[in-house]
Amino acid sequence: MRLFGTGALGRVVRSGVGRRRVQTVVIALATMMAVAAAVVAGSLIVASDAPFDRAFAKQRGAHITAQFDPAKASTAQLKATGRLPGVTASAGPYPSTTIRPVDPQGGHLSALTLVGRSHPHADVDDVDLKSGRWAAKPGEVVLSASLAAPTLPLGTVLKASDDQGSPRLKVVGFAVSAGRTADAWATPEQAGALGSKDGPATSQMLYRLDSAGTKKQIAAGRKALTAAVPSGALLGTQSYLDTKRAADRGTAATIPFLVAFGVLGTVMSVIIVSSVTSGAVGTSLRRIGILKAIGCTPRDIVRAYVAQALIPAVVGVALGVVLGNLLAVPLLDDTEQVYGSPSLTVAWWVNLVVPAAALFLVSLAALIPALRAGRLCTVEAIAVGRAPRTGRGQWAHRAVGRLPLPRAVTYGLAGPFAHPVRTAGMLLAVAFGTVAATFALGLTASLNAVGDAADPEERAAVTAIGGPPDGAHGGTRPGGADPRPRSADPAKVRAAIEAQPGTASYYGMTKNDVTVTGVSGPVKATLYQGDSRPGSYEMISGHWLTGAGQVVVPTRFLERTGTRIGDTVRVTLGEDTQTLRIVGEAFDTSDDGLSVHAGLADFAAAEPQVFQIEVDAGVSPEEYARKLAEAVTPLGGNAMTNAPSRQENMILVLDAMAALLTLMLVSVAGLGVLNSVVLDTRERVHDVGVCKALGMSPRQTVSLVLASVAGIGVLGGLIGVPAGFALHRFVLPMMGHAAGTNLPPSVLQVYDAPQLVLLGLAGVVIAMLGATLPAAWAAKARTATALRTE
Amino acid sequence: MTHLIQLEGVAKRYDSAGAPALGPIDLHVAQGEALAVTGPSGSGKSTLLNLVAGLDKPTEGAVTVAGQRVDRLNEHASARFRRERIGMVFQFFNLLDDLTVADNIQLPAQLTGTPRRKAAARAAELMDVLGIGTHARAYPGRLSGGERQRVAVARALVNRPALLLADEPTGALDTASGRDVRELLVDLHQGGQTIVLVTHDLSLAEACASRTIRLVDGHLAFDSRTEAVR
Repeated sequence: MRLFGTGALGRVVRSGVGRRRVQTVVIALATMMAVAAAVVAGSLIVASDAPFDRAFAKQRGAHITAQFDPAKASTAQLKATGRLPGVTASAGPYPSTTIRPVDPQGGHLSALTLVGRSHPHADVDDVDLKSGRWAAKPGEVVLSASLAAPTLPLGTVLKASDDQGSPRLKVVGFAVSAGRTADAWATPEQAGALGSKDGPATSQMLYRLDSAGTKKQIAAGRKALTAAVPSGALLGTQSYLDTKRAADRGTAATIPFLVAFGVLGTVMSVIIVSSVTSGAVGTSLRRIGILKAIGCTPRDIVRAYVAQALIPAVVGVALGVVLGNLLAVPLLDDTEQVYGSPSLTVAWWVNLVVPAAALFLVSLAALIPALRAGRLCTVEAIAVGRAPRTGRGQWAHRAVGRLPLPRAVTYGLAGPFAHPVRTAGMLLAVAFGTVAATFALGLTASLNAVGDAADPEERAAVTAIGGPPDGAHGGTRPGGADPRPRSADPAKVRAAIEAQPGTASYYGMTKNDVTVTGVSGPVKATLYQGDSRPGSYEMISGHWLTGAGQVVVPTRFLERTGTRIGDTVRVTLGEDTQTLRIVGEAFDTSDDGLSVHAGLADFAAAEPQVFQIEVDAGVSPEEYARKLAEAVTPLGGNAMTNAPSRQENMILVLDAMAALLTLMLVSVAGLGVLNSVVLDTRERVHDVGVCKALGMSPRQTVSLVLASVAGIGVLGGLIGVPAGFALHRFVLPMMGHAAGTNLPPSVLQVYDAPQLVLLGLAGVVIAMLGATLPAAWAAKARTATALRTE
Repeated sequence: MTHLIQLEGVAKRYDSAGAPALGPIDLHVAQGEALAVTGPSGSGKSTLLNLVAGLDKPTEGAVTVAGQRVDRLNEHASARFRRERIGMVFQFFNLLDDLTVADNIQLPAQLTGTPRRKAAARAAELMDVLGIGTHARAYPGRLSGGERQRVAVARALVNRPALLLADEPTGALDTASGRDVRELLVDLHQGGQTIVLVTHDLSLAEACASRTIRLVDGHLAFDSRTEAVR
């Protein structure tokens, strides 16, 4: 404690910290920003590292979710299955049914699995209540937090179904089940009562197994369950492995992005903290010489200067941890919703490792120049501090002085050449700041392009509903509610559309389950009638449907089937099997990337369910939809405008993260420049005083200081923009691959030339922002005082 | 007689509670006059010079130089005033080490916006006159003290200032170099240049100045003109 105590050296340290206030503040701020960025990035990386596994373990999720027929297996029989060999815990039986609720506006939510549970807590699937409370009486329902939306707040009253007299359910809470055992929960009585002919109540049992790591182990567990109950009693099971696979695919996409920002943040922190601390020591050589002259040992000097850097760094680290935690909270809240995880917090070890690493870096950065200072002989140290500068940079003054620019500007432009190491540090800071800005802008544009590319059918101004109700998927509206499928003759709806004034173009579409040779299980097929190009997906390669016998598929389909564009696949819809040629690879991640898009004409039995309509210029879509609805409603159809789709939560979270991390990195870069310019200005204060005595005006002084960083800003931009561009080109495909898709040009080629030029100027802006304050100080400095400064 | 410098009741306090560092004093300097300001350390010589140069502002009184109220100028106007009307020579030369001799001399001209070629021609002319033409491309660090002070004088004269202020111009020079600079100042005065010279060196004052004043504790203790009149 001698360093910080009341001894002479303690006073030296304290006076050093107090005397160099700007450097002290810059060290504290740079460390704070770096630590805050690292805490945010670190906690998000931790949160995105197997969030399913952690949430599942925390909730003691069900390895197997089984549905039984209560008519064939008694409660006692079902409870007995919890004691089967290999089963370590069980919960249930809970009454369970499927409902298709209707919101207050009349929109249908998608079908929900509703389970009757008297409370959220259980030995298996300990559900996490996110908001509100648990359902306490009939007429109340708790929804999965994934359904939470501004249009569906707590207190909303839903109708359980379309049926007249259907019970009303008030939303009293939102909850998360990591294993996705249900979409909604009510009291057991309510769940039982909601069972109907179409959706009879079943009994849900939840099991944890001692060995559940592989499909084979899950299959063995299911086999044991089947054998333990009467024949036909086990209606179906859900494996947690399937839920985990779907959840992990979503999170995997964020990892490359977070790693990119994490690496950028770490490198920036090292550069800035090193340059700030070494600069602080480097500019104190004369003081060091004097201290040695009055009896300080080299060890004292090293300790004093390391401590001088560590004091503001400790303050910065503490503030950074607090700030990082505060900033991480809203992002983790969003992440919870995206991942469907229970409450996420900043991992405790992130709050220890990040500060420890930051303090280690600061100590290391300060130690190297402090050791150099400690080794200097006293006379040399004093001489280094007082001697006129060496000839470094004189050639630059000669060369730049010839430029046809004001003298104050050319004098400033040549300045950085006098301190190559400091200039290199500043250049790196600006370049990294520009990389961050370029990468973040590209990433945001790409993510928005991904959002825009989803659900292309929603680009149409108006949607008309026709077609048979069975299997109808078309026309799902944003917000989860979809229009009531009605039985309308598609030909009559089509005729009504054609007869409607203001129709510019339209196409029909239907979604059906098909089978594809070589793919086990059903595949979702979207079949189009007419010119479907306005609703086409973004193409990664090949082209959209242009005629009969063609099919467009996503990347995952090609990978799964081992096919390429030009190959043929056999697609079966009902009794109709067609051989279709793959003509394009579409950017379509819906339905696990296993959907196909083909012409409706290839399947004789298929009919369009919805029609997507473009209206003539000047025609109001609302008015058009109202009139068309009047025409098709008597036919059993409907028409409505398409609301602009909201960006997906995941995209919004990534956008917010990118903005926050970029802001922090750019701020840290600006602080790095600020510190370097402060050091420079302080060293040159006498020269500035001379210039002012010779008649340099405050404006010319500001020009001089700003010009001293302008070149660095330009060069930093020239380095940073291509590097950020390359980083974007490297990271985005990795994110795509992690999500199981290649990316189309619209997602990858998001930069245009003017944007790149503007981004190049970001380097100049960072440099100028960092230099503005010292420039103002230099302009305000009293000339007489500056002239007296050694 | 036209007065180039007029100080009316000028005082400067650095500490509002303490005694003034200078004045109050009244002082008039005529066009073409060479005034030597002498006095012990802390007597207010440099403060007087700073006030005349517009580097500092008086606490009270009026400072008028070449018809301009210097004490009322803002920072920008004060800088313009200095580069157009004042040339300054310092004890420790205050040359910019990273600029060549020629660039140092041209700097004040370039700050006023004088075209590069014209500034270079004027600098070359001064270098010839002051005998430093051979060092045009050298850096100040390689020159002797006397040569550096000649460069400083050339820089001070490049804009043809109405007033040359010299603060201990021989204070950092050896005897031979000091003699050179003294002769240079004498020549300038004889050429009609108004000079205010702050110095401890009475022989320099005697050789260069047409008038000498002595400051003691911020007050005018002696003025050769009024003493002479008396």
